[in-house]
Amino acid sequence: MLTYVIRRILIAIPVLLGITIINFVIINLAPGNPVDMYMTPDTPPELLELRKEQLGLNDPIIVQYIKWLGQLLSGNLGYSFSTSESVGSIIGERLGQTMLLGFCALLLGLLIALPIGIMSAVKQNSKFDYVMTGLSFVGTSIPQFFLGLVCIYIFAVNLGWLPVGGTETLGGGGGIGDRILHIVLPAVALAVGIAGRKVRYIRASMLDVLKQDYLRTARAKGVREFFVTNKHALRNALIPVITVVGMEIPLLFGGAVIVEQLFQWPGIGQLTIQSIMSRDYSTIMGLNLVAAIIVLSANLLTDIFYSVADPRIKYH
Amino acid sequence: MSTVKTATPGTVVYAVREERSEGAFRQMSRRFMKHKLAVVGLVITLFLIFIAIFAPWLSPHNPYAVTAEFSAAPSSVHLLGTDQVGRDVLARLIYATRVSVIVGFGTVALYVTFGTVVGLLSAYIGGWVDMLVMRITDMFMAFPYMMVILVVVSVLGPTLWTLVLVLALFSWPAIARLVRGSVLTLKQMDYVKAGVSLGLSTPRIVFRHILPNALAPIIVNATFGVAAAIMAESGLSFLGMGVQPPTASWGNMLTDAQSISVMTDQPWLWLPPGIMILVIVLAINFVGDGLRDAFDPKQ
Repeated sequence: MLTYVIRRILIAIPVLLGITIINFVIINLAPGNPVDMYMTPDTPPELLELRKEQLGLNDPIIVQYIKWLGQLLSGNLGYSFSTSESVGSIIGERLGQTMLLGFCALLLGLLIALPIGIMSAVKQNSKFDYVMTGLSFVGTSIPQFFLGLVCIYIFAVNLGWLPVGGTETLGGGGGIGDRILHIVLPAVALAVGIAGRKVRYIRASMLDVLKQDYLRTARAKGVREFFVTNKHALRNALIPVITVVGMEIPLLFGGAVIVEQLFQWPGIGQLTIQSIMSRDYSTIMGLNLVAAIIVLSANLLTDIFYSVADPRIKYH
Repeated sequence: MSTVKTATPGTVVYAVREERSEGAFRQMSRRFMKHKLAVVGLVITLFLIFIAIFAPWLSPHNPYAVTAEFSAAPSSVHLLGTDQVGRDVLARLIYATRVSVIVGFGTVALYVTFGTVVGLLSAYIGGWVDMLVMRITDMFMAFPYMMVILVVVSVLGPTLWTLVLVLALFSWPAIARLVRGSVLTLKQMDYVKAGVSLGLSTPRIVFRHILPNALAPIIVNATFGVAAAIMAESGLSFLGMGVQPPTASWGNMLTDAQSISVMTDQPWLWLPPGIMILVIVLAINFVGDGLRDAFDPKQ
C-alpha cells in the first residue's frame, strides 16, 4: 500500500509540472501584460519599463518559468502583480471559504441523494423510482447560475428569508447563525447538481448489492428488512459511491467559479475571475497549481479510501 | 446433462439467426423507443435543431434591431418583451439556439474525432507511446477544468469558435481513455485474432472490426458531452467570458439578471433563456440515457 502511494505521488509530480508549463505558456501567449493595466496617457514610459523589469517580464519565457519554479521549490508562490501581496497568503485566505462552501454542498448533496437513491433501488420500477430518476436528471441539467438566480429570486428577494450574497451581514455581529443563513443558497445551488448525479449512482450500486446472496442469508437468519437494507446492503453499496464523491472535487472547483461570482462568496472561484480581469498572472498560476494539487490529492485519497473500505481491492 | 449440451448449440445458432434477421440497429431503436423520456428528449432536441437552422424565418423580429421600447413587458408585438436596449427577447432567444447547437455539436464532433484517433493509436501502438498518452490524459483530467478554460478564453479572446476549441481541448481525454480501454479488450477477442491470422491489414482490423464494436460507449459519452458543452458555454457566457453581446446566447441573456432590479421587475428577460438551457440540456441527457439503455440490454 505504502509503495503504491509513493508511486502515485511520484507519478503526480511530472503531471503537476506539465500543468504548470502549459499554464505558463498559455498565460504568456496573452496579448498585453499586467503593467499595461496601470497605463494612463500621462504615465511616463520609463516607469512602466522599470516596473516590467522589476516583475521580470522582460526575461525570456523559459527564464521566467525557471525563476517561478525555483521560488516554488522554496515554498513561495510569488507575489501578486496587481496588489504585491504574497500569492500564497491571498489564496490561503480564500481557500478556506471555498472549502467550507464545497464541503457544505457535498454534505447537503449526499444527504439528499442517499435516502432517495436507497428508496429508488428498494422500490425499483415504482412510481417513486420513476419520478426521482426523472428529477435527478433535472438536478444535473439545471445550470448552477440559473438555479442560483431562481433561489435568490424566491428566497432572498420575494420571501426575504435568506440573504442575497456574501458570507455575513455587513458590520458583522450576526454570529454563527448569520453565517449559516448566508451559506444556504450558494450551497443549495451547488448541491442540487451533486445530488442529481449521486442519486443514480447510489441507486445503481444499491441494485447491484440487493441481488447478492449474503442479503438472502441475512434475511434467512431473520434479520429485519430495515436492517437488511440500511445496514447490510447500504454499507456495501456505498463503496463504489466513494469513488464518485472523489470525482465531484474537480467539478466543485468549476461550480465554485460561477456560484461564488453570483453570491459574492469570497473564495478562490471569485479570486480566479478577479485575477483574470486584472491579468494578475502570478495569482492565476498559483490558483491553478493549488487547484490541481487538490484535485490530484483528492483522487489519491479516494483510491486509498476505496481500498480501505473494500479489502477485496488491492493496489500494486 | 450431456443431452442438454447437445441440444443447446442448435437452439443458440437458431436464436442468433433470429437476432441477425432483425438487425442490430432495429433492435436498438426498438429498445430506445421504449424509453419514453428519451423519445421526448429526442423530439425536443430535433425541434431545437430545426429552430436553430431556420432561425431567420421563424424569428418575429431582427434580434439586433433596437426599438424605442426599452425593457418593455411582453405584449402582442413583442411576445416576450424587449431587453434593456430595446431588442426583442423572443427573437434573441430563437437566434441564441444557434449558439447552443453549434457549441454543443461542434465541440463534440471535434473532441470525439480527436479522442478516438488518439485512443485507437495509443492502444494499438502500446509501449511508451501508450504510457505517454495516458500521462497526458492524466494531466488534462487533473486540470481544474473551469479555471483553465477561463484563462484560455481570456487569452484567446472570447468568441464562439474559441469556446468550441477550448471545450474540446479539455474533453478529449475521457474519450481517448474510453476508446483505449475498449480497444485493449477487443484486441484479445477471438474474431480480431482471427482477422490478424487471416492477414488483414491493420487499418482494416482497426476500422472495420474493432471500432464498430467500440462505438456504443463512444456514442453515449458523446451525447452527454453535447449537453455538458452547452451547459459550459452558458456558464462562461453568463460570466461574460463566453459569447459576447450583441450576439445572443442563452447564457449572456441571463447576465443582466444579476442586478436585483432586472431580476424582480423584468422576469421576462431572464426566465425564458434559463428555462431554455434547462430544457435543451435535459432533453439531450434523456437521449443519452435512452441510448445507454438501448446499447446495454443488461440494465
